Amino acid sequence: MIKKEMIAMLLAGGQGSRLGVLTAKVAKPAVAFGGKYRIIDFPLSNCINSGVDTVGVLTQYQPLRLNTHIGIGIPWDLDRNVGGVTVLPPYEKSTSSEWYTGTANAIYQNLDYMETYNPDYVLILSGDHIYKMDYEVMLDFHKANQSDVTIAAMPVPIEEASRFGIVVTDEASRIKEFEEKPERPSSNLASMGIYIFSWPVLKDALLKLSEQPNCDFGKHIIPYCHENGKRMFAYEYNGYWKDVGTLSSYWEANMELIDIIPEFNLYEEFWKIYTNSANIPPQYISKEAVIDRCIISNGSEIYGEVRNSVLGGGVTVGKGSIIRDSIIMRGVTIGDNCVIDKAIIAEDTEVGNDVVIGIGEDVPNMEKPGVYGGGLATIGENSVIPSGVKISKNTAISGVTSSEDYNDGVLASGETLIKAGERI
Amino acid sequence: MRAVGIILAGGNSRRMLDLTSRRATAAMPIAASYRAIDFALSNMSNSHIQKVAVLTQYNARSVNEHLNSSKWWDFGRKQGGLYIFTPTITAENGYWYRGTADAIYQNLDFLKRCHEPYVIISSGDAVYKLDYNKVLEYHIAKKADITVVCKDLEAGEDATRFGTVRMNESARIEAFEEKPMVAHSQTISTGIYIIRRRQLIDLVEHCAEEERHDFVTDILIRYKNLKKIYGYKINSYWSNISTVEAYYHTNMDFLKPEVRNYFFKELPPVKSKVSDLPPAKYNPGAVVKNSIIGSGSIINGTVENSILFKKVFVGNNCVIKNSVILNDVYLGDNTYIENCIIESRDTIRANTRHVGEGGVKVVVEKNERYAL
Repeated sequence: MIKKEMIAMLLAGGQGSRLGVLTAKVAKPAVAFGGKYRIIDFPLSNCINSGVDTVGVLTQYQPLRLNTHIGIGIPWDLDRNVGGVTVLPPYEKSTSSEWYTGTANAIYQNLDYMETYNPDYVLILSGDHIYKMDYEVMLDFHKANQSDVTIAAMPVPIEEASRFGIVVTDEASRIKEFEEKPERPSSNLASMGIYIFSWPVLKDALLKLSEQPNCDFGKHIIPYCHENGKRMFAYEYNGYWKDVGTLSSYWEANMELIDIIPEFNLYEEFWKIYTNSANIPPQYISKEAVIDRCIISNGSEIYGEVRNSVLGGGVTVGKGSIIRDSIIMRGVTIGDNCVIDKAIIAEDTEVGNDVVIGIGEDVPNMEKPGVYGGGLATIGENSVIPSGVKISKNTAISGVTSSEDYNDGVLASGETLIKAGERI
Repeated sequence: MRAVGIILAGGNSRRMLDLTSRRATAAMPIAASYRAIDFALSNMSNSHIQKVAVLTQYNARSVNEHLNSSKWWDFGRKQGGLYIFTPTITAENGYWYRGTADAIYQNLDFLKRCHEPYVIISSGDAVYKLDYNKVLEYHIAKKADITVVCKDLEAGEDATRFGTVRMNESARIEAFEEKPMVAHSQTISTGIYIIRRRQLIDLVEHCAEEERHDFVTDILIRYKNLKKIYGYKINSYWSNISTVEAYYHTNMDFLKPEVRNYFFKELPPVKSKVSDLPPAKYNPGAVVKNSIIGSGSIINGTVENSILFKKVFVGNNCVIKNSVILNDVYLGDNTYIENCIIESRDTIRANTRHVGEGGVKVVVEKNERYAL
């Protein structure tokens, strides 16, 4: 019989629409982070580093990149004879066929998968946070408290607390109250969306709430367990944990990595982060290049000037180009004599020569002011930016653009330019 | 592919000085991201050879450790795979590998149990890309017994550390000298051979009966008038790393854009074991000119015309020029390094100066690492 003490279910089906064009073609967990990584690498690496070797990854929105990235799990040592990583997309059933309608619904639809491993505990994770955490320690806490449900929670500034699920605990960390995005939070301990359930408790809740539309952990399962008097504990976490749900927070989290001693340190031997690296060759920095305060991944070739930036693998920066305060993802080619300030340029985009990005006034984006802010210019993957154009702040571009798309060669602040069609 | 591969990775080279005191030549790190054997292995994998034997002996640990899984070169399969053969004691034999032919002889069972009609033999200490299928086509077209892959050295290059060959107009090898005192030809053998499997078994068995052990002197040179031995010339990049100078220059070659493009960008790719290191980090004060930097490195000082391998730490106000810094080296503040090769895992204390005068200096320093 197959037996795994704890298995992990990683929710990776969300779009992350607040990342705008970055998630037009990939799910949020597959978005690049810190040069060579993707967001999902962090929870996946946490799993294997914590001794959790069975991980179901629930995918739904644009799963191709995620599937390719995960493969059979070799980079994380999750290629196992029994267990390992399994990608779990929604599937057709004889009675009903539906998409995953909520976080808990997604888990409910994979009851059979979990049952196969005969687990004692199930760890629920989401694929959109940057952090290092030992789930085994959390499990020890769960066991020591004879808990039914343990929620990882961290203190947040009280003014931000209403954005989170808030837990109110007693001295023994037992959860007294649970408030989902409360207007007037009575505590500042925010749920991190990381749960350990004792398997019978989770199974019972999922089955009881199976008819619940859009069944969600925060909105339905946790309140249900609470109402039914289950032993629920908050596992307090005080390390680095970053939600990169918006372009500004995504940009900031990347920029923090270039601090001299970053708070989130990828260079420690302990608790390595693993990823599927497509780029093996080293990077080349040319005679003319100027490099200051940045991280650059394998296979990149730099002929220009790069300051305060995070560069992915296989990036080429042409002669005379200046890049500042930007995130340039894998495979991007930047021509000669460009000036790029505060931009996020997604994978395999081609930027021509003499392109200027990040000029003009800080005018809010007209289409999606809530998405494209912070003075950033965001360019989606596989885009083409023609030579000689100027792109201003709070803008978004995606697709193959030509100089006719730019009024007098300029994309004004706050404008959005989305072109259909693939690059040939 | 109708061939099995054999990679000879057992050797050391006295001309690599201290660099091979801890590792085999085939395990020498190359171009920041690779080890020498990656090139032969990737060529085999990219030529769709399914079954490869690596023969190791000298400092076998270093090669065996690098080959800890066959996955990285795509040999992790049920059909075929990657085999590592280190000398063992058997009922018939208690010797180390006494030469290249003996190494093959001692693993004759492997060859006998294969069903592929051809064998491709390559050394593990050369940096090159080659589609062995092309060589095999040539071998078959020529009806050769043995095909030797050859290369013309540039005029002025020293051929005496290689086997030199002279071919006639139909490319049959007429003269073959191993490491001659005076080279009469600038055409050298690259140590890559194709031979029919049955033929190889016969030749090697015959060698063993006569107590002869070397593939070059006892087979190639001895049989050159009896067997049809042809040369196949390559014009592409090929470099053997088995002296300190050659090792240094092979690494430095990667600063040339054409060499980088050829190995890093052109298909097929060179495969290697991936080490899970973060991207390289450049802190304020870093000045980097015309250099290759490996992943996981942290740079605070000046680096010029150099190759920094993985996980190198360069302290404040350091100056590194024309040097090769191997994996996991820690350079304390204010060090000055010029014209050196710094051995892996070294810790160079702050305020030290190492300059290779009149040649490349190999620096091996095992200081204790205080910081980090």
